Amino acid sequence: MVIKLANAVLAILGGIGGAILLFWILNKLAESLGRRWEDRVKPWAFAGPAILAIGVYLIYPAVVTVQLSFANASSTAYVGLANYKDLLTSPDFLGVLINNLLWILIVPAATVALGLGVAVLADRLRSRGEKAAKTVIFLPMAISMVGAATIWRSVYEYQPEGESQTGLLNAIVGLFHSGPFFWYSIDTMHLNSLLLMVILIWTQVGYAMVLLSAAIKGTPEDTIEAARIDGANERRIFFRVIVPQIKGTIITVFITVLIGVMKVFDIVYITTNGAFNTDVIGRRFYNELFTNGNAGYAATIVVLLMLAITPVLIYQVRQFKAEEAGR
Amino acid sequence: MTIKIDPAPGLGNETPPSRRSLRAKPANARPSTGTGSATWPLRIVLAVVCVVWMIPVVGLLINSFRPRDNQFSSGWWSILGNPLGATQWTLDNYDRVLSSADTTGTNMGQAFLNSFVVTVPATIIPILIAAFAAYAFTFMTWRGRNVIFVVIVGLLVVPNQVALVPLLKLYGQMGINQTFLAVWLTHIGFGMPLAVYILRNYMSSLPGAVIESAKIDGASHFTTFWRLIVPMSVPAIASFAIFQFLWVWNDLLIALIFLGRGENTVLTVALQGLQGQTGQGRELIPAAGFVTIVVPVLVFLSLQRYFIRGMTTGAVKG
Repeated sequence: MVIKLANAVLAILGGIGGAILLFWILNKLAESLGRRWEDRVKPWAFAGPAILAIGVYLIYPAVVTVQLSFANASSTAYVGLANYKDLLTSPDFLGVLINNLLWILIVPAATVALGLGVAVLADRLRSRGEKAAKTVIFLPMAISMVGAATIWRSVYEYQPEGESQTGLLNAIVGLFHSGPFFWYSIDTMHLNSLLLMVILIWTQVGYAMVLLSAAIKGTPEDTIEAARIDGANERRIFFRVIVPQIKGTIITVFITVLIGVMKVFDIVYITTNGAFNTDVIGRRFYNELFTNGNAGYAATIVVLLMLAITPVLIYQVRQFKAEEAGR
Repeated sequence: MTIKIDPAPGLGNETPPSRRSLRAKPANARPSTGTGSATWPLRIVLAVVCVVWMIPVVGLLINSFRPRDNQFSSGWWSILGNPLGATQWTLDNYDRVLSSADTTGTNMGQAFLNSFVVTVPATIIPILIAAFAAYAFTFMTWRGRNVIFVVIVGLLVVPNQVALVPLLKLYGQMGINQTFLAVWLTHIGFGMPLAVYILRNYMSSLPGAVIESAKIDGASHFTTFWRLIVPMSVPAIASFAIFQFLWVWNDLLIALIFLGRGENTVLTVALQGLQGQTGQGRELIPAAGFVTIVVPVLVFLSLQRYFIRGMTTGAVKG
């Protein structure tokens, strides 16, 4: 215990001290080169360590992952496109992709819609009520997916028929003389996947609410007032005047949630571990890497994930360039 | 968060007066939207939403203080009928979950410390490295600056999973799998794009005149960085620190892969391990859940302002 804490303190002191020393040395080295070289070398002395970290931890491994996706389970020989062929022709894996697609279609849209609704409603409260309501909705954002899945046990829990139910959902359907149901096992209409999505939406709505509320408050009041004078009702004002003006924020929120959804792992891993037709690629990746020890399949799944995220990446870069041009 | 932008006054006759200037109207003529305009049905709707939002948390919190038999024989709501009955409440679950010798083999007290050991260095160390880089991207002109920054912006959305297979092999060769070092390094690397992005965006909004005058006074980049830019960037540093703290503390995947179970295990992994319990130990799950979320919730509630500021700069993490 003491050793561990000492280790952590050492890591902090060593990490920070080491970094300061490193930059001091790099700076001195750059200065010793003379004026002509100094200006050229110094930026690299300042930015170099961060660029190196990004290169070692993201760019290099990404390249290796692509390479490994063409190799066998133990990465000892190349197998060409066999991994891709295996996965994309396996009905099991296609089912996983369909589940992911459902998550992608439902979660970001539901999060934005709910966040927008709460933002509009809460903005009409007086500031104390607004703050309290927003904190309640926002709070789950701080909770880990493991924590959130644990919390939702109190809703989804199941006890065998005849025993008194301890999960809220079964207690409620019990009032209507129905159930009890082992919710996680019901994949009719993907009900179990939808119930898992509820957990993720619960953690994300606060984020959407805060950003959208800030955007709504930033819309100029004279545009709203003008519409009102022209006789537009509240609903019309909201959809025709406010929404178009906060479109940029809506897209940002949507994309941020989308990225999180595409690689969702924790919630499915903890609740069903992919059983009952609830599997998603984030969990399947972990399963291939650890349970099955198949680095080839694992790498291939990640490459497919990267390909799926590429449009978002292009959008993100374009958006950034547009913002920079407007600076 | 409550700033309203009032239209500029006197733009011409066609500009209608803003709602603010209508205060002279009788008190019962409320505006139909805006702060304080909520009607009772709307207040009730919001109150219901808030209650629904918190019910799962309240249910788990109540169960974490109930003895095993009660937890499994009746729902948490049954205490509402008799909230003061002393036999329904116990601290035993927390006592057992935090103690070192328990039948389930999960020691959340130890895991709690491990979470701190993992999170604090992984939060603090990247800040300095990223701040130097952000300075170079903002205040120095060099070839490749724009291209490299665009790559960093793109990397923000790339899922961390892309790096895991090679890193696992690499750490295996280096013999540092299942050590804190492996997790620290991984989080520092994965957090770097976001750190550079947030800090650089903030720095580029600082008044250029201040930096120019420092240059004219003959201050070197090193001095300008330490004396001027770092103190001025504290809000952005705080934003990133909260993001990274919550991210690392709440992470399951990286901890599971590079630290695993055993004496170095962190809270999220320990809590996940408990979920598999079917017999003895299942009653500890609610208490273990709260031990896991208490620190991030406190950090979040006390530093919400900085967190929101970080979010509104458009920060995403892949």
